[in-house]
Amino acid sequence: MEDRDIQILKHGGIPFWRDVRVLKAAGQIISAIVVLGFLYFLASNALEAANSRGLSLGFGFLDDSAGFAIDDTPIAYDPSSTFGRALLVGLLNTIRVAFLGIVLATLLGIVVGTARLSSNWLVRNLANVYVETIRNVPLLVQLFFWFFAVFVRLPPVEESITLGRFLILNQRGVYVVAAHPTGTFFAWLATAVAGLLLALILYWRLNAHQLRTGRPTYPLTVAIATFILLPLVGWLLLSQPLAFDFPELGAFNYEGGTSLTTNFAALLVGLVIYTASFIAEIVRAGIQAVSKGQVEAARAVGLSNLQAMRLVIFPQALRVIIPPLISQYLNLTKNSSLAVAIGFKDFFAVGKTIIDQAGRAVPVFALIMLGYLVLSLTYSFIMNIYNRRIAFVER
Amino acid sequence: MSTVAPSSQEVQRPQRTIGPLTWLRENLFNTWYNSLITLLILWLLLRTVPAFAQWLFSANWEPILTRPVLYFVGQYPVAELWRVGVGVGLISFFFGLSWGTWGGPVRTFAIALMAGYAVVALIPVSLETIGLTARLFMVANIGLVIAGLGASRTPLGQGRWVLIGWIVIFFLFILLLRGFEGTPLELVSTGRWGGLMLNLMVAAVGIVASFPLGVLLALGRRSNLPVVRLFSTLFIELVRGVPLITILFMGSLLLPLFLPEDVRIDRVIRAVIGITLFSAAYMAENVRGGLQAIPEGQYEAARAIGLNAPLTTLLIILPQALRLVIPAIVGQFIALFKDTTLLIIVGINEILGIGKSIVLGNPEWVGAQIEVYLFIAALFWVFTYAMSYSSRRLERALGVGER
Repeated sequence: MEDRDIQILKHGGIPFWRDVRVLKAAGQIISAIVVLGFLYFLASNALEAANSRGLSLGFGFLDDSAGFAIDDTPIAYDPSSTFGRALLVGLLNTIRVAFLGIVLATLLGIVVGTARLSSNWLVRNLANVYVETIRNVPLLVQLFFWFFAVFVRLPPVEESITLGRFLILNQRGVYVVAAHPTGTFFAWLATAVAGLLLALILYWRLNAHQLRTGRPTYPLTVAIATFILLPLVGWLLLSQPLAFDFPELGAFNYEGGTSLTTNFAALLVGLVIYTASFIAEIVRAGIQAVSKGQVEAARAVGLSNLQAMRLVIFPQALRVIIPPLISQYLNLTKNSSLAVAIGFKDFFAVGKTIIDQAGRAVPVFALIMLGYLVLSLTYSFIMNIYNRRIAFVER
Repeated sequence: MSTVAPSSQEVQRPQRTIGPLTWLRENLFNTWYNSLITLLILWLLLRTVPAFAQWLFSANWEPILTRPVLYFVGQYPVAELWRVGVGVGLISFFFGLSWGTWGGPVRTFAIALMAGYAVVALIPVSLETIGLTARLFMVANIGLVIAGLGASRTPLGQGRWVLIGWIVIFFLFILLLRGFEGTPLELVSTGRWGGLMLNLMVAAVGIVASFPLGVLLALGRRSNLPVVRLFSTLFIELVRGVPLITILFMGSLLLPLFLPEDVRIDRVIRAVIGITLFSAAYMAENVRGGLQAIPEGQYEAARAIGLNAPLTTLLIILPQALRLVIPAIVGQFIALFKDTTLLIIVGINEILGIGKSIVLGNPEWVGAQIEVYLFIAALFWVFTYAMSYSSRRLERALGVGER
């Protein structure tokens, strides 16, 4: 061994082509040259094509008038608005469908996921059938089904499907009752906030008392009752803090209330049903990941079934559930871009319309990618915070 | 492997026989609220299932029955359909061969495949809808699976040969479908490919082509060279952060702009490139999961016997890591297969596009969209369910999560 070392020294050290440091540096320089060279090749081609066809690659067009209409507009928009505003409308539409979709898919997913663990044979197997059917059919096929086969073929306005005065379905859209705040709304809101605060304080105090003395003080029941009762009393005392606006049949169609276009409704229903089947699996796996000994231990210290679920199993299951759940939320948000196939103007669809009408493929794509990246980074950020909070503290 | 005889001390648990009434009480009416839920569900089922069954029989299945072959091969020239037949036959044979060689999970899938052939051969619709040739072809395919199973007893049935064979017939199938200009095997441009065949093919090419890229990206992301790590991470996160559809559109709208003007790439190929890049990012994350599962001791042991870093990766780490991620890759294939429906949005005649144009092509059929989309959904369901069922078997066979 020593002989070899001496030999190496005699020959002026390790030859550079076997020196790890040199190899590492060379590897990095070569890969940088290859990647950057490839990007340069693409960019120069794009610039050349843009020059020869007189296209501009800048973002100046965002201030030009868009010239196309959008059916669903959460903020004021008309064809004379700018391209930039059109993209903003699209982004808000994406956020709107993603937010509603996430809330509804989570609720449905939790119900189905716990149903898969039910002791009732019928419930369990229905939930199984739901999950296995929906998960194995492409989302786009389901969206086509919901839009072209269900929502487009709803009855005409005169034969609308109604659920009392609250929900009306026809081929022009979905109409839901809307609530508008009146003069006394803020006073009522104050009672609601007070109810929430009081409920939280009560829960905390009663819980602490229960932990100290060991006597049951029913903190959750009391807190929920407070949270419901106080705003209810406020509602009865203040006359009508919210005015309900029911959709009514007008000359041509239902007016008033909140209306959703059929495109939006089909997208929302499709996304919720599809994503819920994945969330159900996550919830089931999370609950099953809690070891059986935990349940038995919880029962052994005298907790009821519900208490064991709430205090012992669920907090532990949550640790397993949350990370894949957030990635499902991200999937739902990205999947909402399929809106373009059923004519809902989300962020991607607006971008596509701009490209079709005004060219500008490069800057519009840059904006679209940036938009989705910001959305997914937001999810990663939330996930990282959560992961840091729940990380097991190990030795 | 030797089997262990059951020890005499093992005590059999007494069999508990329960009558139907006990079963009902334990599984449907064990608490008051469960009884209520059971009754509610039964009532709902009684109201919906008979109506649905009645609808199934009265529905307008014309758009499907008139030319079912369209859904499977699209506009592929009828005179050249024998090429698809040969390809499918080869695949059947190789499923038989793989069944004999690898057994277990492949067996499940091969049996499902034979059952599928048998069902198509025996579907009680007229011979005009599914011709005698098609039915005989299905029966022949069952024969080919069994022939393959028999052939696995010969030297052909060695794992290595079967794997190489799969790769060879994969390329052979594509070349056969495409043909060559100016030869008896006429060129059929990819523009005429379509239907479920195209979905399966794009997904298969996407997974196979994204595999080497994904492995490189995964190694790059775990590399200790900062520049390589940066590029790999950027690519992976960039692609995973945007919807597939943006990447497909980039392939169809932007790619021509970014290439020299004289380079023209076929529309289907552009979509395949997009799908491959998309799939590579997800493949990289799957492979990275496998790499992370390899204990540090393996690296140390490899160094101790004098292997350098590239050889350690190639000979010690990758073979173990890739074995771990096989189920994840199967899952990714299933997801990719479902995602190929998005090709309709960039104007490629995959199965959903075929269905849509069939419905829109005949004014009498516009009302039959439910039937068409249900049929397509059912087809996808059969394929993906068979695949995911086999992959669950595979997971058990590989013992993932048990070591």
